[in-house]
Amino acid sequence: MTVETYTPRAFHRQAHDALGNPQIRSNFRRAMDGLMTKRRDVFSDWDLETLRELGANIRLRALARLPDLLEQLEANCEANGIRVHWAEDGEEACRIIRELCESHGAKSVIKGKSMVSEEMHLNAHLEAAGIEALESDLGEYLVQLNEQTPSHIIMPAIHLNTDEISDIMHDKTGTDRTRDVDYMTAAARAQLRERFMNADVGVSGVNFAVAETGTLCLVENEGNGRMTTTVPPVHIAVTGIEKVVEHLRDVPPLYALLTRSATGQHVTTYFNMISGPRKAGEHDGPREVHLVLVDSGRSRIYQDDELLDTLRCIRCGACMNHCPVYTRVGGHSYGTTYPGPIGSILMPHMLGLEETKDLPTASSLCGACGEVCPVKIPIPDLLVRLRREAVGEGRGNVHGAGVKRTKKEVAAWKTWQWLATHPSAWRGSLTMAGKLRALTPSKLGPWTQYRTAPKLAKRSLHALVKSHRREGEGES
Amino acid sequence: MSARDNILKRLRERTDGPLTAPDSDFGVVTGRGWSAEERLERFERWISSVHGEVLHTTRDSWTTDLVALLQAKGIRRLALGREHPVAAEARAALAEGEVTLIDADRDVEEWQLEQFETTDAGLTSTRGGIAETGSLWLWPTPDEPRLISLVPPIHIAVLDADTIEDTFFDVIEAHGWAGGMPTNALLVSGPSKTADIEQTLAYGVHGPRELIVLVRHAEERP
Ligand code: SF4
Repeated sequence: MTVETYTPRAFHRQAHDALGNPQIRSNFRRAMDGLMTKRRDVFSDWDLETLRELGANIRLRALARLPDLLEQLEANCEANGIRVHWAEDGEEACRIIRELCESHGAKSVIKGKSMVSEEMHLNAHLEAAGIEALESDLGEYLVQLNEQTPSHIIMPAIHLNTDEISDIMHDKTGTDRTRDVDYMTAAARAQLRERFMNADVGVSGVNFAVAETGTLCLVENEGNGRMTTTVPPVHIAVTGIEKVVEHLRDVPPLYALLTRSATGQHVTTYFNMISGPRKAGEHDGPREVHLVLVDSGRSRIYQDDELLDTLRCIRCGACMNHCPVYTRVGGHSYGTTYPGPIGSILMPHMLGLEETKDLPTASSLCGACGEVCPVKIPIPDLLVRLRREAVGEGRGNVHGAGVKRTKKEVAAWKTWQWLATHPSAWRGSLTMAGKLRALTPSKLGPWTQYRTAPKLAKRSLHALVKSHRREGEGES
Repeated sequence: MSARDNILKRLRERTDGPLTAPDSDFGVVTGRGWSAEERLERFERWISSVHGEVLHTTRDSWTTDLVALLQAKGIRRLALGREHPVAAEARAALAEGEVTLIDADRDVEEWQLEQFETTDAGLTSTRGGIAETGSLWLWPTPDEPRLISLVPPIHIAVLDADTIEDTFFDVIEAHGWAGGMPTNALLVSGPSKTADIEQTLAYGVHGPRELIVLVRHAEERP
């Protein structure tokens, strides 16, 4: 199996390649169809709109008080014995985590699922420092064995089918080739148990950080998250600054929305709430717990009333499961940590529009993402906003704004505008264009890749109607 | 300035000015008004739907059922606490039998390998259940530490039927969780599972492959 490096700059080529790969298309199609049905069914006896409204309001309230809540979270975590660290960007967060590992002489780190750690390329950073970082979520583990990145934020290995996974496990860990999922799962369990016991540090993400109580909430099915945060002597949690919520009572509605939107489950197997390291008298749990709060462009998104909505996201992945583009091209095509609609509105802020200018166009604007988003993020509006930013028509406060603006296009629209507001010039140019129609080019860039180039009519509709009327008048 | 100060400063001096916080109406996550039977029925339905096993028993006879269960499952080595009445009663009932009782109330470092490799099951009490999602809530204690509900391949949880409440929100509110959280609080809803291999469900990926809930009723059910 060839390992490819994907970049957002090459979105078009990657999407094109994925479209031509029947395996990828069927793996995604089947998975996403199933997820859409499950999500619909699991909400059937809920007042979904009211719940979404509540979810959105909880997230908005948390954002409205974000700086205060972060300070409150810090104070309550510290009071509980959790050390809090702040990082401007991924690089700084990586450094903090590496230094914590080094201060404990750590050689091996076991990781629970964490998109923020993917975002900051933590594994590569630790490995460069001679610290092995092993993913323990089964999907992440498989993807790591295959030297890839996740293709979905909830189901990292969704791009692989059973046979491919069997091959990967056989090649990398020596298991038998099989289609028996229970066998493969048991093999991974055995392989990872030892690693949990021997790891020096456990690293996890955070789903919700509760300011009121200094509690870190983790949502999972496998138990790897609980292992990661309980077995090693040190636990380091890493999260974006937007994950904070004000009260503990804010958690149940968000949790209800998250599990149901993500995989159509009523609830996950485990909901783990950590409010401190092992206390005197307790017999297990880490002896140290650290929380690393990462900004990485989030405070910049926070400045703008419209863009701010992006920060409401609870990372359920429903928008990608329902996106007609994502379901066809798959997660890797986007070339970014977060793919799909959420990636297309989040990644331009993290990487700048120079890198990601095509992502906001990776949407049919059908509105499905906005309709399913459990916290009502107006994703289509944000995609349009970023498209405008890319051509230099927004407020210009997104990195790389205007990158897609071309002199030719601006001049063309200016001319069009002038013609459209000057009737006689408009009519004259139409007549002229009709006469010169033979010169219309047959190739018009991407437009004619799958379409025939339009040809101007000999006479404009306006002229035709006019002459028709005249003929009609003559008859009466 | 530190990263902390920079970040907080940026957030405080927001270009588009202060934000207003909307109110939250929590009505949708509470007020179910289910009867005790409905609660129990829902709890059982949901936890069974995710592969949890429910056995009904009574406060008086539960240890007899526990002994039978251990035998049926071939459990020879059981980890459990000592002080909680659930653990104490279980110990008394199992004192004479063939099951080896493993003390869970000691530092994990002393018995990590034993726990990971040769313990067949962990027995814990629970603080209550949640009808809406079929969940158990556990606050591990020094007597019943976190890992005995996670590491052994089978988790046996003892739940009193009258501690099942309607929703997670209700539990948090009724028991004043926000007033004092333990180091670790847990909801457990079924055995460990994954669907990471082509959406095919598999149990016991890292945690227990079986979760058995012994639901204790005050008296024999008619
Ligand atoms: S944008 Fe909405 S739907 Fe997409 S991952 Fe975030 S919360 Fe879920």
